[in-house]
Amino acid sequence: MIPRIQEKLSILADAAKYDVSCASSGGTRKNKSKGLGDSHQTGICHSYTEDGRCVSLLKILLTNHCIYDCAFCVSRRSNDIKRAAFTVQEVVNLTIGFYRRNYIEGLFLSSGIFKNADYTMERLLSIVKKLRTGERFNGYIHLKTIPGASDELIREAGLYADRMSINLEMPTEAGLKLLAPEKSHDDVKKPLQLVNSYLNAYAEERKLIRHVPTFVPAGQSTQMVVGATPESDRDIMYTADAFYRNYGLKRVYYSGYVPISGDNRLPVIGMQPPLLRENRLYQADWLMRFYGFEVSELVDDANPFLDMEVDPKLGWALRNLHVFPLDINTADYAMILRVPGIGVTSARKIVQARRFGRLRSDQLQKIGVAMNRARHFIISADRTPHQRMPTDMEIRQLIRASGKPAAAPQQLTLF
Amino acid sequence: MHTLIFDGSFPGLLTAVFEAYERRTGEATVSTNDTYQPGLLGESVTVTTVETKARRVWRGLSRTIDRQWLNNVYAAFLAEQPTGNQHLFALIRMIFDRGGETVNNYGNPHVLQVSSWARKVHRERHRMEAFVRFQQLADGLFYAAVKPDFNVLPLIAGHFKNRYADQRWMIYDSARAYGLYYDGAAVSEVQWSEIPPGHDHRPPEEVLAGNEQQFQQLWKAYFTHASIPARKNPKLQIRHVPKRYWPFLTEFTFD
Repeated sequence: MIPRIQEKLSILADAAKYDVSCASSGGTRKNKSKGLGDSHQTGICHSYTEDGRCVSLLKILLTNHCIYDCAFCVSRRSNDIKRAAFTVQEVVNLTIGFYRRNYIEGLFLSSGIFKNADYTMERLLSIVKKLRTGERFNGYIHLKTIPGASDELIREAGLYADRMSINLEMPTEAGLKLLAPEKSHDDVKKPLQLVNSYLNAYAEERKLIRHVPTFVPAGQSTQMVVGATPESDRDIMYTADAFYRNYGLKRVYYSGYVPISGDNRLPVIGMQPPLLRENRLYQADWLMRFYGFEVSELVDDANPFLDMEVDPKLGWALRNLHVFPLDINTADYAMILRVPGIGVTSARKIVQARRFGRLRSDQLQKIGVAMNRARHFIISADRTPHQRMPTDMEIRQLIRASGKPAAAPQQLTLF
Repeated sequence: MHTLIFDGSFPGLLTAVFEAYERRTGEATVSTNDTYQPGLLGESVTVTTVETKARRVWRGLSRTIDRQWLNNVYAAFLAEQPTGNQHLFALIRMIFDRGGETVNNYGNPHVLQVSSWARKVHRERHRMEAFVRFQQLADGLFYAAVKPDFNVLPLIAGHFKNRYADQRWMIYDSARAYGLYYDGAAVSEVQWSEIPPGHDHRPPEEVLAGNEQQFQQLWKAYFTHASIPARKNPKLQIRHVPKRYWPFLTEFTFD
């Protein structure tokens, strides 16, 4: 017989897995007094499941009982599935037992809403409090903020959690209203705003007084489901951009919708989740955060969807051939960063290394530049400019012919 | 040309650098005791490892290059590459001769080689921080065996000491037949002879703690249920967790 705890774990892991956030980075807790655990600045992926996704945290729901009936959610109240609920002590024991064996970086705790928001938030709070104070646990804790919970409960939870998040679910208000009429984006914005303001206030205070407790040191994140409703990539990216700006979010996650419902408002069960589209959105997200691209440079009214054939950086370059070829030995860092095939690390190394002499393409290759792409866009010491820049079509064909397909693998590798 | 023969240890390599300057060898090569083959030309010098000389070289380095590059130098040494010592020797001398800036010269072959090995070793270190799986034994010890591609135990000791400060643990490198042991206060190196028999990567059932197997079952159940079948992508999984690591990972061992 399977022990009850294993059955609960299976049910509540199943219910939590559609939340794609897996980050365990940005924690700052240090193990000072011989307690358990120490946060790792860059996070650690301890394993990878058969779908190729990383396992960093024990990601579970406290319960999958829920008073809401959101069409896209596997735990919606009208869904006929097995229900379960952990006790506070069970979650604590699992977290500590897994952490001590180095299975995980910490806990990702979410929950269906049972009874009401405050009742749910109180249970979540009592778990993280027990881990931090009772077990002296310094591992990573990602906690869901329950929309509608009282300010005081949310503030207290923020003192124990490393990251808090609330999912937008649908990229636009209209999409959300269609599938979850009981919810609105405002329910998400208010608590995001609240946590962000506490976060800033605590940070300000810490500048003056040293012993101010940390408050959500790894920041906040959110998630949008992609492909359940008809929004364009442009809608999604503008929403993401606004949330990055307005609420200081650390991450926006994009989750390709996996059909789990026979509801006729949604893609039918058995349809493949839009993994390539999800990948392209992550690539665009990276370009916005680390490469200095504006949303408007990647999508616009004429191109509301990202190109599926080529990645968004190559797509931008192909639409802006007039800025190329770029001389790698003289160009600005910001422009080098925009060359397809050159990442942040390579760009930095190029700028450092060229002070010692003009760089050749064989050196660029060794530095880590993907020359099969970059070669069409750059001039280096051994490469004089083309008679004319090749055209969009020519470059696409050359890259396709160079072996490595321009279309990225089915799922993004983040690190 | 001089050949400096040292004992293969890191302090030995640093001592060789010291000797190169003291003896004003000009261009020189390094070799280790066990690989040195006398050639027809040139003079060979056997270097005796001297801790104080090694320290002086290391201190000199730490004044010239930043922490990250210091780590790179040590990590590249731990890559145990046949040509590694020569590249490191040449790079360290280049740093002293031309200044710390020279490590940014990514067009230089020594800089490129050392940084590329360092990158590989750091990746392996990170993998070990992730892939160590402790099993609790009846006496309370948390035990794990690993088989890293490079000799990374020296690089992960601090991480595990900070993280598991309140539990006794041991991580054993089964490829290099030595391990790390933390007794609740400090980490020390242990040799194979000191490790109880049968503790390779699967300690026998009778030495496990009472609830150990239950935790392993729970972890496997969690691991199975955390996957989304509609997104199945075993190729990607294997790219992240190459199969050579599977025998040491609880969630990949089937019973």
